[in-house]
Amino acid sequence: MNEILTSAMNTAEILDGMECVWEKPETLVDVKMHYCPGCGHGVAHKVLMEVVEELGVQNETIGVAPVGCSVFAYNYMNVDMQEAAHGRAAAVATGIKRMLPDKYVYSYQGDGDLAAIGTAETMHAANRGENILVIFINNAIYGMTGGQMAPTTLLGMKTSTTPFGRDTESQGFPFKITDLIAQLPGAYYVTRQAVHTPNGVRKFKKAVQTAFQHQKEKKGYCLIEVVSNCPSGWKMTPVVSNKWMEENMFPVYPLGDLKLNGKLVND
Amino acid sequence: MNTNKNMSEVKLMKGNEALAEAAIRAGCKGYFGYPITPQSEIIEYLAEVGRERGMVVMQVESEVAAINMVYGAAGAGARAMTSSSSPGISLMQEGLSYIACAELPCLVVNINRGGPGLGTIQPSQGDYFQAVKGGGHGDYHLIVLAPASVQEMADFVFDAFDLADKYRNPVMILADGALGQMMEKVQFKKYNPEEHKVDKLWATTGKEKSRERNVITSLFIQPEKMEQVNLHLMKKYKEIEKKEVRYELLETDDAEILLVAYGLSARICHRAMELAREQGVRVGMLRPITLYPFPYNALRSLRDNIKAALVVEMNAGQMVEDVRLGIEGKAHVEFFGRMGGIIPSPEEVFEKIMKLDARLSNMTLKDIITSEIRHSHVSYRSVRKKL
Repeated sequence: MNEILTSAMNTAEILDGMECVWEKPETLVDVKMHYCPGCGHGVAHKVLMEVVEELGVQNETIGVAPVGCSVFAYNYMNVDMQEAAHGRAAAVATGIKRMLPDKYVYSYQGDGDLAAIGTAETMHAANRGENILVIFINNAIYGMTGGQMAPTTLLGMKTSTTPFGRDTESQGFPFKITDLIAQLPGAYYVTRQAVHTPNGVRKFKKAVQTAFQHQKEKKGYCLIEVVSNCPSGWKMTPVVSNKWMEENMFPVYPLGDLKLNGKLVND
Repeated sequence: MNTNKNMSEVKLMKGNEALAEAAIRAGCKGYFGYPITPQSEIIEYLAEVGRERGMVVMQVESEVAAINMVYGAAGAGARAMTSSSSPGISLMQEGLSYIACAELPCLVVNINRGGPGLGTIQPSQGDYFQAVKGGGHGDYHLIVLAPASVQEMADFVFDAFDLADKYRNPVMILADGALGQMMEKVQFKKYNPEEHKVDKLWATTGKEKSRERNVITSLFIQPEKMEQVNLHLMKKYKEIEKKEVRYELLETDDAEILLVAYGLSARICHRAMELAREQGVRVGMLRPITLYPFPYNALRSLRDNIKAALVVEMNAGQMVEDVRLGIEGKAHVEFFGRMGGIIPSPEEVFEKIMKLDARLSNMTLKDIITSEIRHSHVSYRSVRKKL
């Protein structure tokens, strides 16, 4: 678009005659996000906050931000939030929830935070059946620190700390922590989603709604893994990264429900 | 004491149990901990009676998780605490640094045991540096209270929560395995948590339409902003140093030798002082109660009237550095300590006093001070006035 023309028009003029199909919910702060173009974080933030808005529970929701790319989540999510130390979001969320059992408490964490340094806190919060929602963004890489290996990095995948590709001898296997958590009796709802297509976004939103409903009914621990891309860390364009994700990530981390209403889906 | 209507009946309790009972009475709503000797009675006592009295009591997967649950609970506006012993407190240092920076009021109890490493389960004061100098990363302070009796193990819990709320700062009670395990008489003061409640408008309790969202964080990525936070914390610590110093003085009016000791070693020194006084040696004692803020001013006002200070600790010599800072070379400073979980006896300390006294009487004041200059690298000019 012609830049000079755009700058000469104000927002109202640009929108004149157009139909408004989406408005930023009040639960999202009206600022630019720092996420890279094509990253899944922005979509996941948006969907989560839409659900909070639609349920009318902004004043009853407390979020916990991790260390990782979403460390600044509280700059975008317009709810009360606590910033946790690296890996400790599940413990911080436990502390909040046990003091305020009638509020909605969620943590929003990446793969390094949740499945490496925070494994103990993650597993034990699930095993206690903490009435919290954990949103787990799995992009198989440490995005914020510049593209190092994550516990979920695929075999053969090149990162800045696995320059020749991840090999099992020195780095072990991709850690399918969501599958492990599904086995725990305290986990009530465990699902794996993606937000790179409109259909995926709709399913993720449904999952968030389900988890909030479970939390309201004090059913126990809910985990939503979002298999996501990292165009910058993977060194791909957004479009290529999404295709790469479908072809390489989904076979290892297949989408779908792992546990529904406290029952394993494959049983 | 029994007739005081502001106190409950006299009970015989372990130090750890008295502390736990006081926490319930102080309105603590969340306890998160991990068992470790010699402090497990705290979580055991709370597990038995805490829940029915309105407290969430959780044994969790690690000390790391426990301190972060305290972070969450304190951030949600509740009075919250954890307790542990030395190795477990080391694991909590990361969380304490975050709590100090995010300015969350809470209580952390360290029932100190011998170290370093896995060490011994016997009592020690080896964690003084860790408690008063920071412990975790970055510039911060805990307020540190050092009880010397089972009664104070209870009393200081109420003070700790009040101080924590007043300054939005973590407070540590630093005791040792002996104070935790010993049984003594204790009376609980009348304390209504409702009357001590402060407004916590910063807490994450759910964003109401009427206010901006509350964010609890220790992340300030812009250097200028981080420095502003640092300066704010330093200002708060200055205020704490000005207003909250607590200590006890015994027989200091005519003292030539000043014992300086806290916690259990102060009790031992008390007896040693009595033994030395019976021998005509003029001994007094300073017992720091707040280890941070440290009673430097008390030392400043005493240093010109004493010949020497004898610092007694159950470690290799930690608080003695603060005593030297307070005395600034204006009196001789000696140290006596036992380690490894061994408690010095009053007779051992008495012997040290008598030897020190004998040496001092053979020395002129000039000798004493020049000897101290050699020890502490204080310039001659700074002490010349006294000569």
